[in-house]
Amino acid sequence: MTTSTVGTAWTPARAYALEAKYELFKLLRMPAYAVPAVAFPVMFYSLFGLMFGGRAPGGVSMPTYLLATYGAFGVIGAALFGFGVGLAVERGQGWLVLKRATPMPPLALFTAKLFNAVVFACVIVLSLSVLGVMFGNVSLSAGAWVQLAGTLIAGAIPFCAIGLALGYFAGPNSAPALVNLIYLPMAFLSGLWIPIEMLPPAIKNAAPFLPAYHFAQLALGAVGAGLGAPAWTHVTALAGFTIVGVALALSGYRRDEDRLFG
Amino acid sequence: MIAELQRVTKRYGSVTALNGVTLRLAPGQVTALLGPNGAGKTTTVKLLLGLIRPTSGTVALFGADPRSLPARRRTGVMLQIAKVPETLTVREHVHLFCSYYPAPLTVEQALIAADLRDVADRRYGTLSGGQKQRVQFALAICGNPELLFLDEPTVGMDVESRRAFWQQVRALAARGRSIVLTTHYLEEADALADRIVVINAGTIVADGSPAQIKARAASRRIRCVTTLSPETVQHMPHVHGVRRDGASLEILASDAEHVARELLMRDDGLSGLEISGAGLEDAFLALTSGKSAGAATTQAESAAAAGGVR
Repeated sequence: MTTSTVGTAWTPARAYALEAKYELFKLLRMPAYAVPAVAFPVMFYSLFGLMFGGRAPGGVSMPTYLLATYGAFGVIGAALFGFGVGLAVERGQGWLVLKRATPMPPLALFTAKLFNAVVFACVIVLSLSVLGVMFGNVSLSAGAWVQLAGTLIAGAIPFCAIGLALGYFAGPNSAPALVNLIYLPMAFLSGLWIPIEMLPPAIKNAAPFLPAYHFAQLALGAVGAGLGAPAWTHVTALAGFTIVGVALALSGYRRDEDRLFG
Repeated sequence: MIAELQRVTKRYGSVTALNGVTLRLAPGQVTALLGPNGAGKTTTVKLLLGLIRPTSGTVALFGADPRSLPARRRTGVMLQIAKVPETLTVREHVHLFCSYYPAPLTVEQALIAADLRDVADRRYGTLSGGQKQRVQFALAICGNPELLFLDEPTVGMDVESRRAFWQQVRALAARGRSIVLTTHYLEEADALADRIVVINAGTIVADGSPAQIKARAASRRIRCVTTLSPETVQHMPHVHGVRRDGASLEILASDAEHVARELLMRDDGLSGLEISGAGLEDAFLALTSGKSAGAATTQAESAAAAGGVR
């Protein structure tokens, strides 16, 4: 059998690149993911962020405040669904077992899914920003724009880790429901839909136990509307959630290794 | 040895899937792991692939840990349990898998080898059952591996597709590839393998060439107390082996009824006659009975009726 002659030594870089490319193709060809991932934050921001004017807590305009929180909402959704549901389905179908038996670079699939969460995060942040500027009179300094966009996009990482853990513990059929049951209440209780200052004190006090709260506070900090805790406390909290997510996923991976079927 | 299990036991909770199995695979051979469902064939393959860890014993692939990337770069896999993502095209799937290997086939070569050129740009989800199986075959061979694992590769294929698939496997074997395939059809093992390893209830019950296995599969054991000498019995037609066991003789025969009639005719005083399966029979009952062959045919026919045959 003749083989394709490769002039240079084989490196895993191509496998990483192709894995990311075809993961993206898979998501784009799956309307059940791609459409809601972008359309929901755009729709919610248009309905709640742009139709109500006025001032938000912290002194910024409501469209500016909600650009940060609905941006966070969209990024979290793209990460949780892309990782959690995508992984749970492919795991349930035995596809991940086959992938593990191949010489695929072990991290290629995860970096590919992370890459895609970031791509979707960029699309969501860009869409909401354009809407905010055109219809909500959002006006930020260049530095604030960079900080907001950077924070929102980097915020995909901890939620990918949480999605990873969900992907290893949810069944392929229950995964979408489970992710929604975590995602939507968490978004509300963290002040992503309605500013946290307007929520009852009980919710406000419990919010720091939720990763989405810390993410939103970092994004709000970029537009000058955070509650005022130092940024490093939020970053530390998110790093903690990331570590817990990865650790849970690892134990799920080990458990899969010893299942009767799978 | 390219792959080796040493006294391997695998338990899932209280279920023992494999019990103290030792198996060595030489390069360049087609080895069939034959046995009924639940016998331990797939567990054996998963152990050799490093997908599961043995409860006790050791597993080596190319002399290394089967989970190591260098060992995996020399193997290709087709697993019956895998459902391939449906939204990528055949070509895209093959392209990605080629990138995992240092010296793969070209995408075009892999598509030709698996007879997929006509459907290369169709999404996996739109393919027929047989085409899907050929895609999985393409994913197994596209890395140009030295060792190929095929787990129940022809389950659900109609007769025609199965024959075509056998041709592809033979072509690989002719090029010196080592192949391990699991099957519960004796016919398939016989058609493809140099060596058949029969597994039942987690242990190896027979290991030999297809001719040896077929002879043993058809044999039964006769016990009786007789004045005939073992040498006399040994020379009767259909007798494969004779052993004295106290006052009785134990005779292994491929046509037990014929031999029993002969024994009774030659020895009026013969007593204590017993005929039983030869041990292998249990393992083969599910494999060689008319029932499983009939089921396979019916499945093929209904696939044909449903337009599943190209």
